Amino acid sequence: MWVFLVTEIMFFGGLFTAYVMYRTLYSHAFGDASNHLDLTMGAFNTVVLIGSSLTMALAVHAAQVGKRGAQVLFLLLTMLLGSVFLGVKVVEYAEKFHHGLVPGPYFTYHGPDAPQAQLFFSLYFAMTGLHALHMIIGLGILAVLVAQARAGRFGPAYSTPVELTGLYWHFVDIVWIFLFPLLYLIARHGGA
Amino acid sequence: MSAHTVSLRVYFAIFLALLVLTGLTVSAATIDLGRLNIVIALAIAVVKATLVLLYFMHLRYSPRLTWLVVSVGFVWLAIMITIILVDPLTRGWLMVARP
Repeated sequence: MWVFLVTEIMFFGGLFTAYVMYRTLYSHAFGDASNHLDLTMGAFNTVVLIGSSLTMALAVHAAQVGKRGAQVLFLLLTMLLGSVFLGVKVVEYAEKFHHGLVPGPYFTYHGPDAPQAQLFFSLYFAMTGLHALHMIIGLGILAVLVAQARAGRFGPAYSTPVELTGLYWHFVDIVWIFLFPLLYLIARHGGA
Repeated sequence: MSAHTVSLRVYFAIFLALLVLTGLTVSAATIDLGRLNIVIALAIAVVKATLVLLYFMHLRYSPRLTWLVVSVGFVWLAIMITIILVDPLTRGWLMVARP
């Protein structure tokens, strides 16, 4: 599982590298474009995702000590928080479409450096989109785990699936921990 | 797999630490510190990621081989980003006409 996660580091790492490259070249335009993102929603989502990591860790703990009710409860809580995150993301994406900030023929950006801003939003959608896809896959895996946990499959003798799902979920959380400052916070201070 | 159980108090402590760091990174971003802004934001992100890796992902209680695999992953990522940055950061060092 860890080896798979390392391949995932490089998968997301390619996008992060592209981001670093273009931010270095067009830092000013990226800062302006970044200020079109909703900081409140981003910060709220960060808290939600950290909370879901906590509930996932508690679910792993419940699996290891064999508490069936707690397993189901915490797995469902993790799914709930994950769904809240994706729900907020839907609202955010809808806003971007509404304001014409989606790269493509209908991209309408009022400000200097429109092409570079379009690049920022391309990266924004690619990175958050790939992240959201990982969360959707995670929700699917969690749904299977809930069914298995209800059937009492996990206990002190066998909790590997829950542990591995936990690793995956925390990894996706880590990706967001880096995405949030890079996409939302780079130019909030008004200067630069 | 290491079936190491971590006490619940540790989980909640890490959760609180992550929340505090999130608040810190948001408030730090609103202050103009010039070039330091991005450094602080990324430093906090690295600390948060490290906490998640060590405690939520049980890396602290994992065998050496797991440590090695994880470190190598991040090392390669660092190499990739460094080599990419060699291009934009060194443009204009040579006095040649730009096309």
